[in-house]
Amino acid sequence: MRNTRLFSLIRKEFIQILRDPRTLYITFAIPVIQLFLLGYTATTDVRNIPLAVFDLSRSPASRRLLDAYRAADYFNLAFDLDSEDEMRTLIDAGDARAGMIIPPDYAEKLLANETASVYFVLDGSDPNVASTSLAAAELIGQTHSTTLVIERLERRGLTGAFEPAVEVRSRVWYNPDMESAIFMVPAMIGIILQLLTSLLTATAIVRERERGTIEQLIVTPIRPWELIVGKITPYVALALFDMLEVLLVGTLWFGVPIRGSLGLLVALSGLFLLGSLGIGLMVSTFAKTQQEATMLTYFTMLPTIFLSGFFFPLAAMPPALQAVSHVIPLRYYLIIIRSILLKGAGAELLTNEIFALAIFGILVMGIAALRFRKRLD
Amino acid sequence: MPVMIQAQNLRRSFSGKPAVDGLSLSIEAGEIYALVGPDGAGKTTTLRLLCGALQPDDGQIHLAGIDLLRQTEHARAQIGYLPQRFSLYGELTVLENLRFFAEVRGLPSSDWVPRSEEILEFVGLAEFADRRAEALSGGMRQKLGLAAALVHQPNILLLDEPTGGVDPVTRQSFWQLLIRLLRQGVAVLISTPYMDEASRCNRVGFLQHGRMLVEGTPAEIVAHLQGRVLELVGRPRRLLEQLAAADPQVENAHSFGDRLHLRLAPASADAVMQRLTEAAREHAATIDHIRPVRPGLEDVFLDLLEGSHVA
Ligand SMILES: Nc1ncnc2c1ncn2[C@@H]1O[C@H](COP(=O)(O)OP(=O)(O)O)[C@@H](O)[C@H]1O
Ligand SMILES: [Mg+2]
Repeated sequence: MRNTRLFSLIRKEFIQILRDPRTLYITFAIPVIQLFLLGYTATTDVRNIPLAVFDLSRSPASRRLLDAYRAADYFNLAFDLDSEDEMRTLIDAGDARAGMIIPPDYAEKLLANETASVYFVLDGSDPNVASTSLAAAELIGQTHSTTLVIERLERRGLTGAFEPAVEVRSRVWYNPDMESAIFMVPAMIGIILQLLTSLLTATAIVRERERGTIEQLIVTPIRPWELIVGKITPYVALALFDMLEVLLVGTLWFGVPIRGSLGLLVALSGLFLLGSLGIGLMVSTFAKTQQEATMLTYFTMLPTIFLSGFFFPLAAMPPALQAVSHVIPLRYYLIIIRSILLKGAGAELLTNEIFALAIFGILVMGIAALRFRKRLD
Repeated sequence: MPVMIQAQNLRRSFSGKPAVDGLSLSIEAGEIYALVGPDGAGKTTTLRLLCGALQPDDGQIHLAGIDLLRQTEHARAQIGYLPQRFSLYGELTVLENLRFFAEVRGLPSSDWVPRSEEILEFVGLAEFADRRAEALSGGMRQKLGLAAALVHQPNILLLDEPTGGVDPVTRQSFWQLLIRLLRQGVAVLISTPYMDEASRCNRVGFLQHGRMLVEGTPAEIVAHLQGRVLELVGRPRRLLEQLAAADPQVENAHSFGDRLHLRLAPASADAVMQRLTEAAREHAATIDHIRPVRPGLEDVFLDLLEGSHVA
């Protein structure tokens, strides 16, 4: 038998959504605007990192090393310095993000077949930039060093088709050009899903209380669970629509690949939404006004954004914060969506994340549903 | 007639402050009962308790014999409730609102269409069926609220200040509607700040600080002050009011429009009239007329409020 009460609740909610410009704007415009803003501004592309060079050797050998760095476009050899102090000033000012010091005896040591050291200075204030530039610097250095070793061996008369035993080739998997959009769009989907559903659910419920419509609703025989489901369903639909909207823009505009199963992604997004909806429902049991609900929701978004690995790599965080990140559902969802979109991963590789999301969703939703009362007090 | 609303010893406080304090009510089918009291007396809280929107701290509620606290939804199915604040959806049209409340009330779709038409006709909103609720005037909103409360043909109506902010013509037609419902045997509990409305009810209860000060038919209530109210009209009013207040047997003087109502100590009407006529002459004031009148509910109400104030 069809549940007329539930059906009417959902239809009523949809009518309200379609006639409320604010909700429509939040739902359909904000995600795309945010996507473009973040896709272009919050660039974590690690390319053309301004590099300050203090070359004390000033030899053909040191120039060869610098050419190797120049060839890979990770670095932009923007500054050629005459002192270490200058380097400090440039890095402090943020004009240079990394510095390289080539000692005076660089060429001599190489000639003497000794190990020559080069010093690399990093601005660690942006862990993303720091970690990639360090990796890039090491890779370029190693490659160059291998070339030099081969030359040494050749000079000793070991001619012939000599190939290096180990060739280190830097290659960043899944995101070959380190283009931020490819990494950011999936994350944006996660953020948008969570923010929209929790915000819209919370305000939609609180609005009934704020406008007094809850009073008429209370005296109807609607069951509390019907009220919850009726309130939530429209926003699940909107959220999934948003997801596809952002994904479409991400694919067509930013070239984000969809390597895995879209069906799996939608299903797991639904699982992730359970938690977000639970947060929204929970917020609605505390907030008295829509404004309070909005503030509370944004408040829950802060740890989500900072501790999910969205902006800052989890590995670069203090252990305490890393521990906290384990209860942030977005953390797991980011792994899931990036794995499905970028790596084409299937569910079997994501069991831990799926499990974590399920536990979080059921727990939050359960507690919120228990707190939810079909009463004024 | 069966008792439709039965409440015993209801209590409800908000953060330790009692809003309803040991209230009992009994209302029969076909009866209309007015809850009267100043702002904050606990009228709204009482109605919210009676429809289960608030949980009582103590007490019993039976609606049409069904225990509201035990069989909440079953008991609620008996009532239509019009909250003090407009509580329908502004974004929905009149008809959409009715349809929604009809459906969640369990009316099958074959029934809600004729029922909605009937009820819109009944409250006089038929021509506004497609207008959004937010675009309705105050009076029309109240009618829509009443329509939504009536859509499932309840046996009990709880109306919280239904004519607040409504023009006199609409008030009048609202009352016509209520009278027709009463004839159908509906039990109506109405809260109102208007004494003329209260005096049209079968019974009236005066509420203050969540307690029932007095309860009875308007005639019974008015009998408390029979022969103890004088009406005085004259000029200058301020001076006459001062003179009256100075009289030892005038307990109180209140203005009602251009008239003064004086409440007197028992059996003092003749003496007071004589003294005031003389005092007016001495002070060169004009008395157009001074005479005993039938006390109104207002007089009793003010008397009770002051009495409880002293107590
Ligand atoms: N939800 C609430 N929270 C706190 N206090 C309340 C609440 N509802 C009513 N009150 C208090 O209870 C008392 C009675 O209020 P109410 O029932 O609204 O009176 P009335 O309807 O007669 O004006 C008032 O003092 C009011 O401040
Ligand atoms: Mg009130």
